[in-house]
Amino acid sequence: MLIKKPADIRESEVTPKDWYLRRREFIRVAGSIAAAAATVAVTPSLLTAAEATQNPNAYRFPDLKKGSPYDTTEKLNSYNDITTYNNFYEFGLDKADPARYAHTLQPRPWSIVVEGECNKPGRYDIEDFTKGIALEERIYRMRCVEAWSMVIPWVGFPLSEAIKKFEPTAKAKYVEFKTLVDFRQMPAQSEPNLQWPYREGLRMDEAMHPLTLMAVGLYGEVLPNQNGAPIRLVVPWKYGFKGIKSIVSMRFVESEPLNTWKQTRASEYGFYANVNPEVDHPRWSQKTERRIGELFRRKTLPFNGYAEHVASLYAGMDLRKFY
Amino acid sequence: MTQTQLVRRVLKPAVFLACLVPAGRLLYNALWGSLGVNPLETLTNETGIWTLRLLVATIAITPIRWLTKWNAIITFRRMIGLFAFFYGCVHFFIYFLFDRSLMLDGLWEDIVLRPYITVGFTALALMVPLAITSTKGWIRRLGGQRWNLLHKLVYASAVLGVLHYWWKVKLDVSNPMIYAAIVGVLLGWRLVKAITKRNEARRRSARASAFSEG
Repeated sequence: MLIKKPADIRESEVTPKDWYLRRREFIRVAGSIAAAAATVAVTPSLLTAAEATQNPNAYRFPDLKKGSPYDTTEKLNSYNDITTYNNFYEFGLDKADPARYAHTLQPRPWSIVVEGECNKPGRYDIEDFTKGIALEERIYRMRCVEAWSMVIPWVGFPLSEAIKKFEPTAKAKYVEFKTLVDFRQMPAQSEPNLQWPYREGLRMDEAMHPLTLMAVGLYGEVLPNQNGAPIRLVVPWKYGFKGIKSIVSMRFVESEPLNTWKQTRASEYGFYANVNPEVDHPRWSQKTERRIGELFRRKTLPFNGYAEHVASLYAGMDLRKFY
Repeated sequence: MTQTQLVRRVLKPAVFLACLVPAGRLLYNALWGSLGVNPLETLTNETGIWTLRLLVATIAITPIRWLTKWNAIITFRRMIGLFAFFYGCVHFFIYFLFDRSLMLDGLWEDIVLRPYITVGFTALALMVPLAITSTKGWIRRLGGQRWNLLHKLVYASAVLGVLHYWWKVKLDVSNPMIYAAIVGVLLGWRLVKAITKRNEARRRSARASAFSEG
């Protein structure tokens, strides 16, 4: 007996020939429609994010020196961008956590312990630490190791000005910084996400470089808690994690200090952490970055665009090895 | 209304709409500018996590059916699986368009060099044949047994999806661990069942041969 086997594919399921011949055109058109739809969907949220809303209660610094030759002329990120998207694990791992929870931090009174290889160690009240140093605005790019970036108008002073006051000795080859440890003020320190206190360090020539800033404010106002009040480091040619926040200790040392992220995962984060599109993070590329507020990625620049000022500090060093 | 009618006319549309809720919320928030400071990151993360959630839901259907003896639940499996594929495609497309500007060489470099993208891309690629052969016509054409075998690929997709999430996280892997545990239980249950079934079959055939010899 012959049993008629049904055709494998029904006539109705076969793509008509002229559609099939125009398949490439179809894919192109469909692709551009989807791209346009996605762009339309995302653009309004980007525009909203760009509106600056500063804190009306914050102290505004009078007589700020503006227009540094180091300033970038790129478009600033909004106050909202800069103060609600932060990595500050002392207040939680989510980038929205610091803005939510950092109100428990008390930035005054505040003192900084200066110790190690210097002639004037001691515990300095923050007002004494900064006494006699003029504050200025510095508009810097900030590139996070997670491959996003912002443009931030900091208020601060060159770290070199503070260092000079404490007269480091010839043995001072590095400077190490520590963040406050106090889980009543920094609640997420009760969890062992990182080993507290957060530590960072710079080589002495990096610390003395005129680009290296101690920031005490942004957008002309006193630094919000979530951005590292009352005083933090800003090293614009390095990944953001070098910019240690809420500093309580500064120690001059002879050998390279161990910074927290290197301590946590040395295969992924080094001591130098210079922004370098040629050296990828083991898990993701560093060639491009997403500037907050932009749709598409842009190219990451060597030393975050500050190569002309700082590349000479690393002459002869293998930056693949010293990442 | 019979149970079949209830499932087909009420529950199925309800599950369909529920699966669309995350996409609807994201679209709404995108239009109103409430996706946060980094809207593309939010879109990527949310579509990724919903892909994984729906994949987990898909492979949870059979164990739930066995536990509750509610056979009609199987009606939802294809739909939820296809929604997982839908969210996976949106997730991939956002990355390909905004992170890689639709450049194939950039995509290829990521697939080759970045393990978390290698496994994520593979997880999605494995879902393509499953989505294509999800129709009744394809079940008939392949035959139930072969179709079933092919659709075991969804287990690989789920495992690779969890790995993709795990390897992307910067520090705190507690959320990926939760997904790994759930997928582990769902796949472990199948393994235990398969072994039990094989042993039973063996015992039965041993008994049968003993009987015929006796």
